[in-house]
Amino acid sequence: MSVIPSRAAPLDSSPGTSARPEPRMAADVRPVPFSARPDVAIQISEVSKTFGRGASAVVALDRISLSAAPGEFVCLIGASGCGKSTLLSLAAGLDQPTSGAISTNGNRVALMFQEPALFPWLTAARNVELALRATGASRAERRQRAAELLELVHLGGFGGKRPHELSGGMRQRVALARALGQEADVLLMDEPFGALDAMTRDLLHEVLEGIWRRRGLTVLFVTHEVREAVRLGDRVVLLSSRPGRVIGDFKVDLDRPRGMDSADTVELAIRIKSQLREEVVRHGS
Amino acid sequence: MAVDTSAYGTPAPETPAAAIAGLDNLDLVQVTPRRRLPEKIWAATWPKLLALVIVLGIWELVYLSGWKSHSIFPGPFQVFPNLWDQAQHGLLWSAIATTTKRAVIGFGLALIIGSVIGALVSRIPPLRAAVGSILTGLQIMPSIAWFPFAIIFFGLNTSAIVFVIVLGAAPSIANGLIAGVDYTPPLLLRVGKTMGLRRVALYRHLILPASLPTYVAGLKQGWAFAFRSLMAGELLVIIANTSSIGVLLSNDQDQADMVGAISIMIVILVLGILVDGLFNIANGRIRRRWGLTDPASAG
Repeated sequence: MSVIPSRAAPLDSSPGTSARPEPRMAADVRPVPFSARPDVAIQISEVSKTFGRGASAVVALDRISLSAAPGEFVCLIGASGCGKSTLLSLAAGLDQPTSGAISTNGNRVALMFQEPALFPWLTAARNVELALRATGASRAERRQRAAELLELVHLGGFGGKRPHELSGGMRQRVALARALGQEADVLLMDEPFGALDAMTRDLLHEVLEGIWRRRGLTVLFVTHEVREAVRLGDRVVLLSSRPGRVIGDFKVDLDRPRGMDSADTVELAIRIKSQLREEVVRHGS
Repeated sequence: MAVDTSAYGTPAPETPAAAIAGLDNLDLVQVTPRRRLPEKIWAATWPKLLALVIVLGIWELVYLSGWKSHSIFPGPFQVFPNLWDQAQHGLLWSAIATTTKRAVIGFGLALIIGSVIGALVSRIPPLRAAVGSILTGLQIMPSIAWFPFAIIFFGLNTSAIVFVIVLGAAPSIANGLIAGVDYTPPLLLRVGKTMGLRRVALYRHLILPASLPTYVAGLKQGWAFAFRSLMAGELLVIIANTSSIGVLLSNDQDQADMVGAISIMIVILVLGILVDGLFNIANGRIRRRWGLTDPASAG
């Protein structure tokens, strides 16, 4: 395993060109502003985000640059307040960066949250079907595809259940099926398993890993759990706090499948944690 | 370095399907078997019957105590035979029919107008700034204050009554819808947007279903205001040759017929309770669908 602590090099440092707050949809297919490369599934270039104005303004993200290759599993970790969730919101097109640009190279993007956020008035199957509307499929097709997706997340017989009749882990799998239903190439996950018990989370890691492999998805996975990041990621990217910046980029060369508690995972996690700690201490002095 | 290579240090080579199925079965919410219908009806009925018996008992005791003259304060054994007697004649039923018809027309109009206003106000921020507080003001304003205006404007006829019913009920319905839209969880809105729901689709598939419980609560409150406005209207706007609940009540007052007056009041109470029951059924259905009921206490 190699460790590449790198402050990502700015791609375009001229300040004028990067301020470009134009509306960007989740499934944007327009020409991307700059530095789009076919071997990049999502590229975040010099992105800053400031909330509020004047003296009370809070800089959530400060010139973050980050990219993921198609089929790459990238985990983002950092202490609270590092703007991880803000970054995913920007990447999903839910919010506009104050400056900088995000290019998804024409890839569809789907976002998953820590809460399953299923629609409580719909059954599990209908929740997934609603996401399939965006693909323009017919009703019969949607029904069939939703059933297949639920099968994929091991919820074959549960399509008729409403969210409140399912356990937390099952709901999060419905949410995963719903995200996959958007036929996204890039899956953005915001601490998706943070609220689950250890056993359920381990199993969902295996489910997610299997789907990621078979579908060739690109995943940006935010977590505060370093071992989880090492368990899942091809790369683990470390963000600093207030404002969020990339302070480290670790390549994880461990064989898959990995275990959360295997020696190699734990060893790398400890090295990453110590760097995270240094960063936190630096903020204290 | 502490290294844990125990049981689930590395995942088992087989697919996680079996383990997941096991965990799901352990996790699943155990739904208590539904009680049979007669049991449910009995469970819902006996507390009401008991309460009724207690109230009637106290009423009869006060009557027997001779606290007031029996002509001013009749007991249940005078009132219920009188009610039974009135129920044998067409007059009471045609009065109930007239009143119900007015209630349906008035509430129906209020439903349409209130929903349209609510939808527009919740969507268009300047409109909300303009009329949002007026809606709440109208909701608070006693609808009886509208009658002088309505009677001069429409004359002594049904239109005046329906007008006041609409003014009484529509603001509650509009406010219910607006509150429902406002309280759509932001997280669900974010999810809807990432799923590509926009404009009309966003309303149809997310905001309207999400606001349904609050909307139904608004309808229920709107109904209460509508029924009050209707009774006030029927007492104030007496239309020649039409019998209505209000007319019967007014006649009893004119003839100082306390027994008849109390009989009609009981009819009004029962009508209100019946309609409220319909709203409660709708409300209960929604709550069950959404999982807002405690499975242990749900019938």
